Amino acid sequence: MTAAFLYGGAGILLFALGLWSLLVHEPLLRKLIALNIMGAGVFHVFIAVAHRGDGTPPDPVPHALVLTGIVVAVSATALALALHNRLEQEASDSAKSTPAPAAGLVSGLSIRPQSDPIRHE
Amino acid sequence: MNRDLSLLIGILAALLAVLLLGVFHSTLALDPGQRLASLALERLPESGVSNPVTAVLLNDRAYDTLLELAVLLAALLGIWSLGPARPGFQPAGPALAAMVDWVVPLAILSGGYLLWVGGHAPGGAFQAGALLGAAGVILRLAGNASAGLPSEVWQRWLIVLGAGVFSLIGLLLALTGYGFLSYPPGQAKWLILLIETAATIAIGVTLAAAYVGGRPRMAQPPRSPLAAPTADPEAKR
Repeated sequence: MTAAFLYGGAGILLFALGLWSLLVHEPLLRKLIALNIMGAGVFHVFIAVAHRGDGTPPDPVPHALVLTGIVVAVSATALALALHNRLEQEASDSAKSTPAPAAGLVSGLSIRPQSDPIRHE
Repeated sequence: MNRDLSLLIGILAALLAVLLLGVFHSTLALDPGQRLASLALERLPESGVSNPVTAVLLNDRAYDTLLELAVLLAALLGIWSLGPARPGFQPAGPALAAMVDWVVPLAILSGGYLLWVGGHAPGGAFQAGALLGAAGVILRLAGNASAGLPSEVWQRWLIVLGAGVFSLIGLLLALTGYGFLSYPPGQAKWLILLIETAATIAIGVTLAAAYVGGRPRMAQPPRSPLAAPTADPEAKR
């Protein structure tokens, strides 16, 4: 019971931390990481709830839910990252096509190398 | 964001955490009552597998798993609809390349083992598929732009394989009078293994393709010099 409470309680703390970070931080990437941390907290609670006392096997239903949930969370994160990439690409494209050459150059320089530093063209 | 506002949100989130902790603690203290676990464990011998988690995933809640494969498919369709993949990374140095030569076959081998062992011990299609996807990620990081995946046509077939085989078996069972995804007694083990094998391949390919992050490019883009002036120079970044 104490172990289950500590494990699930850690999950609740992760959930609250993720929720705070999701609401407070502006960049989309940080929001995405925060959402994943919230999800990890929910999985923690599920695993803790599956515990049915020492000596008895754990409840397989929450385990199965967590297993499917992890894969869904990974694929949703991948989709969100692809959307984020596309948004960043659009932003840098529109920044470069602005008439003021100085501003366009500066923002183009500041956005593009950050997005993929080790890719080759 | 305003500093006072973020402080307020922090206090509210902390209060929510305290509330949830209290609820969770009192829930744990209660008598668990009737749980699905006893039902799932009681019917385990009929399910065709002896690992209760696999039994829940592929037999008791097979609908759930089928729809989850559909979610994976939908996520990848979304990623592909956002445009072509970015070019890959530089080819790996000799040390990384030698490690990749070892790690990728080992990951595929362990994936096969996890798939088989899922019938009676922790393991199964999701773990095995995650390992296959990880092998693809390693390959792309080491400079293979397509993450070791075949051509786009093949990728499409492999990606629908999971949900496709799953729903075909379900429909065949429904047509033969057993009901959608209710396995006939004695046949459950092989049907589950067939579904899991297809799901493993589909999950692995989907995860690797999602990591590539866009519609697959052809290995050698046919760039004819005549077409070059009309092409947008920005598109080649």
